[in-house]
Amino acid sequence: MKIKVIAPGVLTTVQDAGRFGHQAAGIPEAGAMDRASLALANDLLGNPEDAAALELTVFGGTFEFDGEGTIALTGADMRPFLDGNRMAMDAAVSVQAGDRLELGSAAQGVRTYLAVSGGIDVPVVLGSRSTDWKSRLGGLEGRKLRAGDVLESGTDGASLRQTAAELVETQGSSWKQPILQRLAQATDPEGVTQIRFLFGPQDSMFGEEAKRTFTESIYTLSAACDRMGYRLEGAAVPSLNGTDIISEGICFGSIQVPANGQPIVMMADHQTTGGYAKIGTVLSEDLPLLAQLGPGKKIRFVPVCL
Amino acid sequence: MPTDLQFFPAGDRAILAQLGKEIDEAVNDRVRTLYRAVLAAADPAIIEAVPAYTTVLVHYRPEVRSFAEMKAFLTDLASKTAADNTAETGRRTLVVPVCYGLHFGPDLWEIEEKLGLSRQEIIDIHSSRDYRIYMMGFLPGFVYLGGMDERLAYPRLKKPRLRIEAGAVGIAGGQTGIYPSVSPGGWRIIGNTPILLFDPSKEPAVPVSAGDAIRFRPIPVDEWYEIKHRVQKGQYEPEVIL
Repeated sequence: MKIKVIAPGVLTTVQDAGRFGHQAAGIPEAGAMDRASLALANDLLGNPEDAAALELTVFGGTFEFDGEGTIALTGADMRPFLDGNRMAMDAAVSVQAGDRLELGSAAQGVRTYLAVSGGIDVPVVLGSRSTDWKSRLGGLEGRKLRAGDVLESGTDGASLRQTAAELVETQGSSWKQPILQRLAQATDPEGVTQIRFLFGPQDSMFGEEAKRTFTESIYTLSAACDRMGYRLEGAAVPSLNGTDIISEGICFGSIQVPANGQPIVMMADHQTTGGYAKIGTVLSEDLPLLAQLGPGKKIRFVPVCL
Repeated sequence: MPTDLQFFPAGDRAILAQLGKEIDEAVNDRVRTLYRAVLAAADPAIIEAVPAYTTVLVHYRPEVRSFAEMKAFLTDLASKTAADNTAETGRRTLVVPVCYGLHFGPDLWEIEEKLGLSRQEIIDIHSSRDYRIYMMGFLPGFVYLGGMDERLAYPRLKKPRLRIEAGAVGIAGGQTGIYPSVSPGGWRIIGNTPILLFDPSKEPAVPVSAGDAIRFRPIPVDEWYEIKHRVQKGQYEPEVIL
């Protein structure tokens, strides 16, 4: 089956479960921001869980299918219409040749995953099909999709990379619950979403009072939130003796605190290393929640223990 | 076993092993030794490892090994390989051919003038030592190199350039480095290498790793074009000294 991009939306890229094993060389992991929704979409279609799908951001765009197949939409609800009829989220749906899928703005959530049976087939670069637009790697020519692009679905269901599949497979049991349900459960009536995290590696660079400020304050996602990182606004987290450290490896979910005390959460396209102290790291199970929040949304960091 | 080995959680799926608190070669040797031991162990719990100046960040599967088990596993690896710390097994030096000056090094004239050194002196000083690769990061294939001769220290541009060519060799304060791909940047550019520090069509995509070294070899402009031609045809084998 071919998938033709009629209108690309705001930011649509090919993403899988991430590019692993190359961070030592400075090559980012990239991959889907909300890996739970990617895994669910693939699961619905019987694809390997690390098969590539399209990640649509904020506003979805229009796609046309050439051939018969099955598709699934997970993540943010962009009010999808398939061939003129409202299409269900979080379900496998058959498409016929010539069917058009039209998506609008996300009413809830930020990122939608459009998966097709067999996965999106683009060349595997350094073990992954994920688009890393900054390094111009993977996906379709290492860039976001444009009108007129044509993608092919894969033909076999075999996993290319067992490692990444295992990664997704072995997450907690709530991993495959539709993300908007989880988001509703984690968000209080005031619209504040609880994001769980673990202190460390550099929490000792912050005093007890600073840690209390960090866990008791409400942080707002600033306009500067993208696939690389989320800059937050709220009570400044003061450090004891500066926040510069000798550069070291960082994770998807690392919470850096620069000199101004405003935390930055590193997301899927994060650079592999960084030189700011990290007060904590978002729990991997809660990264999909964060990935579904956009500018203006409020969060509170809830400490948990290993 | 290194007595100053410390572990910190980096979320529920990564552990940070810290082998020292200062940027120095002995600490970085231990980082490299542990990193290589982690790779060699090929343990099912380990996804990947990222070495840096003083640390190794190990991404792992908590469903295979818990944080406490990872700590014990890495402590054991570090003590078993402690003997290798001085052996420097497998350290390599990559020879990086550089054409200094001309359009390859637009900032060389200013540096000559301000530092009061001749072009030849700058080239001799810059290419006379091997630079340790302490770590990689920032961009794919970007190497953080050990200190440059202080005589060449020169501040960054106040206003970064919007475009620096791939292979540009630059100076920023007391550091020297190579741009692996086209990028904006504020380093003072003194030359360019025709070889690729990052080539996604190759495995490995980056020809060096943390703990290796870089040696700059001055080349004339015609050799730059000759090597570039071979690189583009996929016929250039990087010169590596073992």
